[in-house]
Amino acid sequence: MTRPMIAFEGVTKRFGSWTAVDGVSLAVEEGEFCVLVGPSGSGKSTLLRMVNRLAAPDAGAVRVAGEDIAGLAPEALRRRMGYVIQSVGLFPHWTVARNIATVPVLLGWPRARVRERVDALMRLLNLDPDRFRGLYPHQLSGGQQQRVGVARALAGDPPVLLMDEPFSALDPITRGTLRTELAQIHRKTGKTILFVTHDMDEALALADRIAVLEQGRLVQHATPREILTRPADGFVRDLVGREEWGLKRLAVETAGERARPDAPPPSEQPPGEPLPGDMPLRRALSEMIARGVDRLPVMDAEGRPAGVLHLADLVRS
Amino acid sequence: MIRNRVLFVLAAAIAVAALALPFLSFAPNRLLSGQGIALAAALEMPRGLALLAPGAVLLAVPFLRPSRGATAASVAAALLVGAGLLWLAGLHAAELAATAPPAARTSFGSGFWAMEAAALLAALDGARRLGLPAPGRIALGLATALLLAAPLAAGQLDQLSILKEYANRRDAFSDAVLRHGAIVAAALVPTLALGLPLGVLAQRRPTVGRLLFPVLNIVQTIPSIALFGLMLAPLSALSAAFPSLGIAGVGMAPAVIALTLYSLLPIVRNTAAGLDGVPEPVREAARGMGMTPAQLFLRVDVPLALPVLLAGFRITLVQAVGLAAVAALIGAGGLGAIMFQGLFANALDLVLLGAVPVILLALAADALLRLAEALLPLPGGRRAV
Amino acid sequence: MTGRRFWQVFGLLADRLVLAVLALVLLLYGMPLLKPFFAALYPTLDRPMYEGDGFAALAADHMALVGLSSLAAAAAGVLAGLAVTRPWGAEFRGLVEALATAGQTFPPVAVLAVAVPAVGFGAAPALIALTLYAVLPIVQNTIAGLEGVPAPVLESARGMGMRPAAILLRVELPLAAPVILAGLRTAVAINVGTAAIASTVGAKTLGLPIIVGLNGANPAYVIQGALVVAALAVVVDLGFDRLALLLSRWQRA
Repeated sequence: MTRPMIAFEGVTKRFGSWTAVDGVSLAVEEGEFCVLVGPSGSGKSTLLRMVNRLAAPDAGAVRVAGEDIAGLAPEALRRRMGYVIQSVGLFPHWTVARNIATVPVLLGWPRARVRERVDALMRLLNLDPDRFRGLYPHQLSGGQQQRVGVARALAGDPPVLLMDEPFSALDPITRGTLRTELAQIHRKTGKTILFVTHDMDEALALADRIAVLEQGRLVQHATPREILTRPADGFVRDLVGREEWGLKRLAVETAGERARPDAPPPSEQPPGEPLPGDMPLRRALSEMIARGVDRLPVMDAEGRPAGVLHLADLVRS
Repeated sequence: MIRNRVLFVLAAAIAVAALALPFLSFAPNRLLSGQGIALAAALEMPRGLALLAPGAVLLAVPFLRPSRGATAASVAAALLVGAGLLWLAGLHAAELAATAPPAARTSFGSGFWAMEAAALLAALDGARRLGLPAPGRIALGLATALLLAAPLAAGQLDQLSILKEYANRRDAFSDAVLRHGAIVAAALVPTLALGLPLGVLAQRRPTVGRLLFPVLNIVQTIPSIALFGLMLAPLSALSAAFPSLGIAGVGMAPAVIALTLYSLLPIVRNTAAGLDGVPEPVREAARGMGMTPAQLFLRVDVPLALPVLLAGFRITLVQAVGLAAVAALIGAGGLGAIMFQGLFANALDLVLLGAVPVILLALAADALLRLAEALLPLPGGRRAV
Repeated sequence: MTGRRFWQVFGLLADRLVLAVLALVLLLYGMPLLKPFFAALYPTLDRPMYEGDGFAALAADHMALVGLSSLAAAAAGVLAGLAVTRPWGAEFRGLVEALATAGQTFPPVAVLAVAVPAVGFGAAPALIALTLYAVLPIVQNTIAGLEGVPAPVLESARGMGMRPAAILLRVELPLAAPVILAGLRTAVAINVGTAAIASTVGAKTLGLPIIVGLNGANPAYVIQGALVVAALAVVVDLGFDRLALLLSRWQRA
């Protein structure tokens, strides 16, 4: 079994008489995208800030790559982790390029390597280096600022990225774009990402695994599908949202999983363009409504028939 | 363990000053420098307890668990130390005067000033920690003033050198105070008459502001003594040309004109800033309800801009009290005249007789206007604190 | 002179700071040339030109007094401001702020006068009074400037692994610098004026011709001294203007 990249072991944190984090144990595997979800005051940000020692646990331990971080120098630890916060926190008196270069400069990289790295990151975050390099943060839009924030966090090529509600202050369209881009970056770079949000939809869209927190306690730690199909309790179900819960659940399962596998004889094959097996059920439903049919053929990745999806299958649980 | 480091530092400073610095200074006459007298000499028992008891409280409170009671005790103790120092200084000066020749002088020593300052700071910090609402702070301020003024009013300080200087020129002193006030008042009238309309204009017509503010800024930049000096040439030319006007190059006229020029900037700037701070939606709503421009100005703009206006007036007044002292150099009279007379004649207690009232006047003006600001009603019926 | 050269020189001459410095230098070294003018203005005066000490020498003493007191005040004020904005000094912050506010109510001229009974006549009381008075706006603005650094900026600086010293030097102080400079500017402006008055306590400054002229009923001396002091004050003010622009370049990018 591989060693988790980040491990919380019975972590508790109190502020005065208030217990912000209450005995949380949680492991984040290398390369995993783990999202901490919960309402405000649930302790999710505190939990995140204990990973780079901006907060210290009162009990329990936090391990990064197997090492108890209580024994590490905080500055050295932080330089190995990208950190992105909601209000971005760019240095207003430094240019975009200088901001992104913060950690590489702290790490003492040679100048040419820093410049190369900055340019590469700006391209990764869809910021034209020639246009943006010399601008100051106040000259950027909110979305552009957060792109710089993410680029700055990635600059030292840290194995771990900590993100505290990074997109919450942005307008819905920019938020959606940046979310998609972050998912791509995660796929491309294979970083371990610990991401805090209060928005369950954001968590469902991004996470490999979701950790749901309530009043400092971990109430469920599971894949998005499990969260939707087997919510641990009413709290988790409320967090998902009861209204569109059915549709959200359809979004995490695929046509191939629900299709009746027994391939019918060609004569009984329902008409119409077959659906790819990895299409989410939510889209499959949309296709049926649009085409006005109650059943559609499904094909696998190689294009071979993989069964038939019936409208009735969608409501089968 | 020390629970209140601020009070500990101040109390320790009082203790060190009590032991190491001269409490009073005794000189054979007003022009010679004196010999230091330690606090111990004035601490005859049992009257010394009046100082030692509150002093002990001040030293003890930093080690107590912080509580409102302990803080209140420290404020009371600090004020008693402050008053006790004055009282003991007066008593000991009287004792020294009883045996010394009449020309001998007893003045406050550096130890007195250091202890008095530390005691008042301790009271100030304690009052801050108590977080009193405005009425409580006003009451405490008045109590402090009364406590410190009582020995003075009771004549207990009469044997101290500064009050001997006062006794020698009682009439000249009250004339100087009146004259000082007159200079300030005479400058404030044209300042307000010009400054308020100019401020409104500068806010409504940005071009006026762009032309006016650089000029007023330059005037503020020029040191007072230089501006008073520069008034000299044109005014003496004017008085030479028109002797009937009664204006002279020295005296009241140049002082009032220079003071007015200085005072315009804070008034104009704060008037414009205060009006600028009135939220546009509020104005819009007032217009929408059918207010005429005059009603809008008087019922919306002025009340909402008033706190900033008052702050501008406070800055102007405090500044004018100080500048009026400098104006004594060009013969305007006032408390500055006593101060400079002392400086030129090497009579240091005379210097204090001029300078200390100037400081007290400035502090009083500041306190009075801060009080007015605190009592202004704020939107929502609350008062500013 | 080529056309371009001409415009360069012309542009330089149109610069207010350069003009003010030029005017000051002319006043300092060229004042004796104005003697016939003052003789014509005040025909009754025996000595229409102040010739006690050179204006340049007085200006040097004046600037030394202002410079020394302002430097000492800047060091003390910034250090005090830093101390009370760190966690270990936070307890003293309320006291320091109250002191800075109340202290600035004291008229500078009265502080100067009160310093004489404490330390005697000469440059010493002036130096002490100027330093004490200048500390107040500097410490006030240092606190305000450091307090104005946005919390998220500090949070991300820490999150990226900057050490406290690096955060202070590279983030906090550069961001607070314009506000601290404004405090220094207030302090120096007051000091230039108070140093002139310090001639009455025996310090040799540009106020000397004014005081001598006032005491001896010689308006020519007064005007000469006043012109030089005013020019010096304007130069200092414009200099700070330029410095402020330099420190906040990024805000106007």
